[in-house]
Amino acid sequence: MATPARGVPVAAGEREIHVLAVDDSSVDRAVIARLLRNSKCRVTAVDSGKKALELLGLEPKVNMIITDYWMPDMTGYDLLKRVKESSKLREIPVVIMSSENVPNRINRCLEEGAEDFLLKPVRQSDVTKLSNWIR
Amino acid sequence: MKKSLFDQGYLDEQFYQLEELQDEVSPNFVEEVVTLFFRDSTRLVTNIDQALEKRPQDFRKLDACMHQLKVSASSIGAAKMKNECTSFKEFCGKESLEGCIRSFQKLKKEHSTLRTKLENYFQLLRQVGPVEKAVRSGK
Repeated sequence: MATPARGVPVAAGEREIHVLAVDDSSVDRAVIARLLRNSKCRVTAVDSGKKALELLGLEPKVNMIITDYWMPDMTGYDLLKRVKESSKLREIPVVIMSSENVPNRINRCLEEGAEDFLLKPVRQSDVTKLSNWIR
Repeated sequence: MKKSLFDQGYLDEQFYQLEELQDEVSPNFVEEVVTLFFRDSTRLVTNIDQALEKRPQDFRKLDACMHQLKVSASSIGAAKMKNECTSFKEFCGKESLEGCIRSFQKLKKEHSTLRTKLENYFQLLRQVGPVEKAVRSGK
Protein backbone atom coordinates (compact mmCIF):
# COMPACT_ATOMS: atom_id res chain seq x y z
CA MET A 1 0.00 0.00 0.00
CA ALA A 2 1.70 3.14 -1.19
CA THR A 3 2.03 6.14 1.03
CA PRO A 4 0.09 8.97 -0.54
CA ALA A 5 2.63 11.30 -2.07
CA ARG A 6 2.18 14.97 -1.70
CA GLY A 7 -0.32 16.34 -4.19
CA VAL A 8 -1.46 12.93 -5.38
CA PRO A 9 -5.18 12.42 -4.86
CA VAL A 10 -6.02 9.31 -2.93
CA ALA A 11 -9.28 7.39 -3.13
CA ALA A 12 -11.77 8.41 -0.50
CA GLY A 13 -11.66 6.12 2.49
CA GLU A 14 -7.98 5.37 2.00
CA ARG A 15 -6.74 8.77 2.71
CA GLU A 16 -5.34 9.32 6.12
CA ILE A 17 -2.88 12.10 6.51
CA HIS A 18 -0.31 11.30 9.14
CA VAL A 19 1.13 14.39 10.76
CA LEU A 20 4.07 14.49 13.09
CA ALA A 21 3.66 17.36 15.56
CA VAL A 22 6.71 18.55 17.45
CA ASP A 23 6.43 20.93 20.42
CA ASP A 24 8.05 21.02 23.82
CA SER A 25 4.94 22.52 25.41
CA SER A 26 2.44 19.87 26.45
CA VAL A 27 -0.34 22.44 26.23
CA ASP A 28 0.49 23.30 22.64
CA ARG A 29 0.91 19.64 21.71
CA ALA A 30 -2.57 18.92 23.02
CA VAL A 31 -4.04 21.84 21.11
CA ILE A 32 -2.32 21.18 17.79
CA ALA A 33 -3.15 17.47 18.00
CA ARG A 34 -6.80 18.31 18.53
CA LEU A 35 -6.85 20.79 15.66
CA LEU A 36 -5.26 18.23 13.35
CA ARG A 37 -7.60 15.44 14.38
CA ASN A 38 -10.51 17.78 13.67
CA SER A 39 -9.08 17.96 10.17
CA LYS A 40 -9.17 14.18 9.96
CA CYS A 41 -5.43 13.70 10.34
CA ARG A 42 -3.71 10.99 12.27
CA VAL A 43 -1.35 12.67 14.70
CA THR A 44 1.82 11.62 16.44
CA ALA A 45 3.01 14.25 18.88
CA VAL A 46 6.52 14.38 20.30
CA ASP A 47 8.24 16.88 22.53
CA SER A 48 11.58 17.36 20.81
CA GLY A 49 13.35 17.51 17.48
CA LYS A 50 15.50 14.59 18.56
CA LYS A 51 12.45 12.38 19.15
CA ALA A 52 10.99 13.53 15.86
CA LEU A 53 14.09 12.41 13.98
CA GLU A 54 14.11 9.08 15.79
CA LEU A 55 10.53 8.49 14.80
CA LEU A 56 11.17 9.53 11.23
CA GLY A 57 14.05 7.09 11.10
CA LEU A 58 11.74 4.27 12.16
CA GLU A 59 8.65 5.18 10.26
CA PRO A 60 9.03 7.71 7.50
CA LYS A 61 5.35 7.38 6.51
CA VAL A 62 4.65 10.85 7.61
CA ASN A 63 2.76 13.20 5.30
CA MET A 64 3.63 16.39 7.08
CA ILE A 65 5.71 17.68 9.96
CA ILE A 66 4.48 20.58 12.01
CA THR A 67 6.96 21.91 14.50
CA ASP A 68 7.36 24.66 17.02
CA TYR A 69 10.24 26.97 16.27
CA TRP A 70 11.50 27.65 19.74
CA MET A 71 12.51 24.45 21.49
CA PRO A 72 15.45 23.78 23.77
CA ASP A 73 18.24 21.57 22.32
CA MET A 74 17.01 21.57 18.74
CA THR A 75 14.95 24.39 17.28
CA GLY A 76 12.30 23.86 14.64
CA TYR A 77 14.67 25.45 12.17
CA ASP A 78 17.38 22.89 12.98
CA LEU A 79 14.85 20.12 12.57
CA LEU A 80 13.74 21.58 9.24
CA LYS A 81 17.33 21.64 8.02
CA ARG A 82 17.94 18.05 9.05
CA VAL A 83 14.79 16.93 7.26
CA LYS A 84 15.64 18.81 4.08
CA GLU A 85 19.21 17.49 4.11
CA SER A 86 18.02 13.91 4.23
CA SER A 87 17.33 12.20 0.94
CA LYS A 88 14.76 10.00 2.64
CA LEU A 89 12.88 12.77 4.36
CA ARG A 90 13.27 15.88 2.26
CA GLU A 91 9.99 15.45 0.39
CA ILE A 92 8.00 15.70 3.59
CA PRO A 93 6.44 19.16 3.90
CA VAL A 94 7.44 20.98 7.06
CA VAL A 95 5.43 23.73 8.70
CA ILE A 96 6.85 25.89 11.46
CA MET A 97 4.86 27.43 14.31
CA SER A 98 5.97 30.28 16.48
CA SER A 99 4.47 32.62 19.02
CA GLU A 100 6.64 35.44 17.73
CA ASN A 101 6.23 37.30 14.49
CA VAL A 102 9.86 37.80 13.50
CA PRO A 103 10.19 38.42 9.74
CA ASN A 104 13.85 37.33 9.57
CA ARG A 105 12.99 34.09 11.25
CA ILE A 106 10.04 33.49 8.97
CA ASN A 107 12.10 34.19 5.85
CA ARG A 108 14.94 31.98 6.97
CA CYS A 109 12.57 29.09 7.51
CA LEU A 110 10.82 29.56 4.20
CA GLU A 111 14.15 29.80 2.41
CA GLU A 112 15.26 26.60 4.05
CA GLY A 113 12.24 24.87 2.58
CA ALA A 114 9.44 25.25 5.11
CA GLU A 115 6.07 25.19 3.40
CA ASP A 116 4.40 27.59 5.77
CA PHE A 117 4.85 29.49 8.96
CA LEU A 118 2.01 29.73 11.46
CA LEU A 119 1.71 32.16 14.30
CA LYS A 120 0.59 30.80 17.63
CA PRO A 121 -1.95 30.43 19.02
CA VAL A 122 -2.81 28.32 15.99
CA ARG A 123 -6.42 28.35 14.88
CA GLN A 124 -8.57 25.69 13.27
CA SER A 125 -8.65 27.74 10.08
CA ASP A 126 -4.83 27.65 9.85
CA VAL A 127 -4.82 23.89 10.14
CA THR A 128 -7.71 23.30 7.77
CA LYS A 129 -5.86 25.33 5.18
CA LEU A 130 -2.79 23.12 5.56
CA SER A 131 -4.59 19.84 5.23
CA ASN A 132 -6.43 20.99 2.12
CA TRP A 133 -3.18 21.98 0.55
CA ILE A 134 -1.44 18.76 1.40
CA ARG A 135 -4.14 16.67 -0.26
CA MET B 1 -19.17 32.97 35.70
CA LYS B 2 -17.23 32.56 32.54
CA LYS B 3 -18.33 36.01 31.50
CA SER B 4 -16.78 37.54 34.59
CA LEU B 5 -13.50 35.75 33.87
CA PHE B 6 -13.51 37.45 30.50
CA ASP B 7 -14.74 40.79 31.75
CA GLN B 8 -12.08 40.92 34.41
CA GLY B 9 -9.45 40.16 31.81
CA TYR B 10 -8.34 36.78 33.11
CA LEU B 11 -9.22 35.02 29.90
CA ASP B 12 -9.27 36.04 26.27
CA GLU B 13 -10.59 34.83 22.94
CA GLN B 14 -8.21 31.89 22.83
CA PHE B 15 -10.17 30.23 25.64
CA TYR B 16 -13.29 30.32 23.44
CA GLN B 17 -11.25 28.76 20.64
CA LEU B 18 -10.41 25.87 22.94
CA GLU B 19 -14.04 25.44 23.89
CA GLU B 20 -14.91 25.25 20.22
CA LEU B 21 -12.66 22.21 20.00
CA GLN B 22 -14.70 20.31 22.53
CA ASP B 23 -17.14 17.76 21.19
CA GLU B 24 -18.58 14.32 21.99
CA VAL B 25 -15.24 12.74 21.22
CA SER B 26 -13.33 15.10 23.54
CA PRO B 27 -15.92 16.47 25.96
CA ASN B 28 -13.34 17.50 28.55
CA PHE B 29 -10.77 18.91 26.22
CA VAL B 30 -10.57 22.33 27.82
CA GLU B 31 -10.22 20.99 31.32
CA GLU B 32 -7.52 18.57 30.14
CA VAL B 33 -5.56 21.34 28.48
CA VAL B 34 -5.93 23.62 31.49
CA THR B 35 -4.69 20.80 33.73
CA LEU B 36 -1.66 20.35 31.50
CA PHE B 37 -1.07 24.06 31.65
CA PHE B 38 -1.05 24.22 35.44
CA ARG B 39 1.17 21.19 35.64
CA ASP B 40 3.74 22.78 33.34
CA SER B 41 3.38 26.29 34.64
CA THR B 42 3.85 25.25 38.26
CA ARG B 43 7.10 23.61 37.30
CA LEU B 44 8.21 26.65 35.31
CA VAL B 45 7.32 29.02 38.16
CA THR B 46 9.48 26.94 40.50
CA ASN B 47 12.35 27.00 38.03
CA ILE B 48 12.11 30.75 37.70
CA ASP B 49 11.96 31.17 41.47
CA GLN B 50 15.18 29.21 41.77
CA ALA B 51 16.81 31.02 38.89
CA LEU B 52 16.00 34.37 40.49
CA GLU B 53 17.89 33.33 43.60
CA LYS B 54 21.09 32.70 41.70
CA ARG B 55 23.90 35.19 41.58
CA PRO B 56 25.11 36.40 39.20
CA GLN B 57 21.84 36.70 37.39
CA ASP B 58 21.41 34.85 34.12
CA PHE B 59 18.85 37.04 32.41
CA ARG B 60 18.93 35.04 29.22
CA LYS B 61 17.97 31.90 31.07
CA LEU B 62 15.23 33.74 32.94
CA ASP B 63 13.94 35.12 29.68
CA ALA B 64 13.95 31.65 28.12
CA CYS B 65 11.98 30.11 31.01
CA MET B 66 9.52 32.94 30.97
CA HIS B 67 9.11 32.56 27.22
CA GLN B 68 7.93 29.00 27.71
CA LEU B 69 5.46 30.14 30.32
CA LYS B 70 4.20 32.93 28.11
CA VAL B 71 3.62 30.61 25.16
CA SER B 72 1.61 28.20 27.28
CA ALA B 73 -0.39 30.98 28.90
CA SER B 74 -1.18 32.38 25.51
CA SER B 75 -2.32 28.97 24.26
CA ILE B 76 -5.02 28.69 26.89
CA GLY B 77 -6.05 32.33 26.71
CA ALA B 78 -4.67 33.32 30.11
CA ALA B 79 -4.53 37.01 29.25
CA LYS B 80 -3.42 38.54 32.53
CA MET B 81 -0.68 35.97 32.96
CA LYS B 82 0.51 36.49 29.43
CA ASN B 83 0.78 40.24 30.03
CA GLU B 84 2.74 39.73 33.22
CA CYS B 85 5.10 37.39 31.35
CA THR B 86 5.68 40.08 28.73
CA SER B 87 6.41 42.58 31.47
CA PHE B 88 8.90 40.21 33.09
CA LYS B 89 10.67 39.63 29.79
CA GLU B 90 11.00 43.37 29.34
CA PHE B 91 12.72 43.62 32.69
CA CYS B 92 15.04 40.80 31.64
CA GLY B 93 15.87 42.78 28.56
CA LYS B 94 16.77 45.75 30.72
CA GLU B 95 18.58 43.42 33.13
CA SER B 96 16.60 44.81 36.02
CA LEU B 97 16.56 42.23 38.78
CA GLU B 98 14.29 44.32 40.92
CA GLY B 99 11.83 44.73 38.06
CA CYS B 100 11.91 40.99 37.44
CA ILE B 101 11.26 40.16 41.05
CA ARG B 102 8.35 42.60 41.31
CA SER B 103 6.84 41.38 38.09
CA PHE B 104 7.27 37.78 39.14
CA GLN B 105 5.44 38.38 42.43
CA LYS B 106 2.50 39.70 40.45
CA LEU B 107 2.73 36.80 38.06
CA LYS B 108 2.64 34.22 40.81
CA LYS B 109 -0.43 35.89 42.22
CA GLU B 110 -2.17 35.89 38.82
CA HIS B 111 -1.23 32.26 38.37
CA SER B 112 -2.71 31.26 41.68
CA THR B 113 -5.85 33.35 41.21
CA LEU B 114 -6.43 31.94 37.75
CA ARG B 115 -6.01 28.41 38.99
CA THR B 116 -8.63 28.90 41.69
CA LYS B 117 -11.06 30.59 39.34
CA LEU B 118 -10.73 27.90 36.70
CA GLU B 119 -11.06 25.12 39.26
CA ASN B 120 -14.28 26.70 40.44
CA TYR B 121 -15.45 27.13 36.88
CA PHE B 122 -14.90 23.48 35.97
CA GLN B 123 -16.48 22.34 39.21
CA LEU B 124 -19.52 24.41 38.42
CA LEU B 125 -19.67 22.93 34.92
CA ARG B 126 -19.61 19.45 36.38
CA GLN B 127 -22.45 20.30 38.71
CA VAL B 128 -24.74 21.82 36.14
CA GLY B 129 -23.81 19.45 33.36
CA PRO B 130 -22.58 20.45 29.90
CA VAL B 131 -25.25 23.10 29.56
CA GLU B 132 -24.32 25.90 27.33
CA LYS B 133 -21.35 25.43 25.21
CA ALA B 134 -23.50 27.19 22.73
CA VAL B 135 -24.20 30.19 24.88
CA ARG B 136 -21.38 32.57 24.31
CA SER B 137 -22.00 35.46 26.58
CA GLY B 138 -20.54 38.51 24.91
CA LYS B 139 -17.02 39.56 25.77
